[in-house]
Amino acid sequence: MTKILEVKNLEKHFEVSKGIFSRNKTIVKAVDGISFEILKGESLGLVGQSGCGKTTTARALSLLDPKTSGTILFNDSNDNSMINIDDLDEEGMKNFRRNIQMIFQDPYESLNPRWTIKDIILEPLNIHNIGSTEDREEAVKEILQTVGITPPENYLPRYPHELSGGQRQRVSIARTLIMKPRFLICDEPTSMLDVSIRISIMDLMMKLADDLDVSYLYITHDLAVARYMCNNIAVMFNGKLVEIAPTEELLQNPIHPYTKRLISSIPIPDPTYTRENYEIDFTELRSIKAANQDSSMIDLGNKHLLSTNEFEGLLY
Amino acid sequence: MSSILEVTNLSMHYETISGNVDAVKDVTFNVKQGESFGLVGESGCGKTSVAMTLLQLQPENGKISQGSIKFDSNEMIGLSENELRKIRWKGMSIVFQGAMNAWNPVVKVGEQIREAMREHSPNNSKSENTKKIRELFEMVGLDESVIERFPHELSGGMKQRAMIALALSCDPKLIIADEPTTALDVVIQDQILKEIRKVQEVFGLSLIYISHDIAVIAEMTDNMAVMYAGSIVELGKTEEIFKDPKHAYTRMLLESTPSIIGEKKKLRSLDGEPPTLINNDNKCLFSYRCPNPTNECKNRELDMELIKISSSHYVDKCCIDCE
Repeated sequence: MTKILEVKNLEKHFEVSKGIFSRNKTIVKAVDGISFEILKGESLGLVGQSGCGKTTTARALSLLDPKTSGTILFNDSNDNSMINIDDLDEEGMKNFRRNIQMIFQDPYESLNPRWTIKDIILEPLNIHNIGSTEDREEAVKEILQTVGITPPENYLPRYPHELSGGQRQRVSIARTLIMKPRFLICDEPTSMLDVSIRISIMDLMMKLADDLDVSYLYITHDLAVARYMCNNIAVMFNGKLVEIAPTEELLQNPIHPYTKRLISSIPIPDPTYTRENYEIDFTELRSIKAANQDSSMIDLGNKHLLSTNEFEGLLY
Repeated sequence: MSSILEVTNLSMHYETISGNVDAVKDVTFNVKQGESFGLVGESGCGKTSVAMTLLQLQPENGKISQGSIKFDSNEMIGLSENELRKIRWKGMSIVFQGAMNAWNPVVKVGEQIREAMREHSPNNSKSENTKKIRELFEMVGLDESVIERFPHELSGGMKQRAMIALALSCDPKLIIADEPTTALDVVIQDQILKEIRKVQEVFGLSLIYISHDIAVIAEMTDNMAVMYAGSIVELGKTEEIFKDPKHAYTRMLLESTPSIIGEKKKLRSLDGEPPTLINNDNKCLFSYRCPNPTNECKNRELDMELIKISSSHYVDKCCIDCE
């Protein structure tokens, strides 16, 4: 299988000043050396507590914020080779930005309130100068139809505040898909939405990803959502990856204490089911670590990777 | 067991320029001593309006048009503001949705809790009150230094814990928890839920738990009511409703919730928008979203009414025959 994206040792640090007049600066390692890869047509769920660096990873990947260090390799559609995005020239970078798109968490804040729906969806086409004016308008109508905003003519002149939360998120999706990207970064796209529309947005995204052959990175704090949406799940804690595995493997057979803890805190929609109370226990991890001392990610087989980073004492 | 709260035919509407918004329509339920009762439904279905009406804290344009609220066998409706103040916090207390905004930002957390305590037991000294707050904080897992901190110095989870301590500060008999974990992380949510269960057990409290998350309701409650467009459409034991949901809306809610256990199945989306609640008659408002409405329902001939289908399970009569 060909890879669409490979990330090696991605780091993103922020300098935090201790006061206006203070020269002392602390460095916050929001993303601290994470590596993963995503195969073509597959999806990776990035889960973890709030503040663990999920969104920072997404922003670094989509080049919204410059990364501190690390390598991002992206599949070249011409010859299927992996190209380092640091080596891209201006033209290549434009192409890369076109191929990697992001859906944001909050549909109330990610759409410009003074622009009409038509302007919002048209903007990426104008920037990248794709097609003639008529083609562009046709494309906007088509994409609105695809994301289920029908009839599109009625919605084109409207403003975001005239739409419901679900419809806005559909517009966000339309805006990203109009570029025909090959890779999507979804940053908790359903967490702001009501239960009633959540599933329809999730289903829409899965269907479109399938139809348009888009791979995606899906960020969420809810493992149940990640299970529904993704083939693979990566668990993140304190800026580092803890464990990566195919979805069912991770849920059935978690190794890392943090993963176990996360799984044990998801409520189950079944009143007869009693969740067991998981106590953090590092014994198993220690013995696995002792047996594999030289690697930074231990391969347990079945594509199940386990981090050797030191987390003892950080979990409570 | 005796009922601590009996709500009968309670209706409340908001008076607005465009008409009356029927936010709570003919709601009837009981909460027994020591029981936890869940209210579930999508946003805008009137869950919070029910909570506010119980405490009569609804905004000025919210008018209670009929019904009775019996708390501890005393009728609450018609009480004066002064009499209500005595019941709020001491009899019935509430953990507000979004603890972030429920605190006064310029008063220390401890002082805000003491304020409620002063009101209800004016004879207690400040040190007695502080001692009690310390005990409560220990119970909800907060450090006692939080007493001297301002709300902005606390994280979301800490604020929510302090909120629970505040709700417990006057030894209430019933706590209304209005989406106490909605804005929180899963791990923190888990801790808060444990905390709530613990204090409920220790003090033998009754609990009304309001949430849109049916998984949380499944874990936290003994009995539950499903609300749709201001009315209760299904009411009964939580286990019974999950095992054998009768109303199409309940079924759709259950089928739209992902789970990490069991077989991975296709989820069903709840299509359609919630109905407008302005100037409605008493007909079923679910018919246009119902996957398989009966003809009577489609033609809007049936009035909404809960009917009994087993000793503890009630469902709206309109939806018994559909699907």
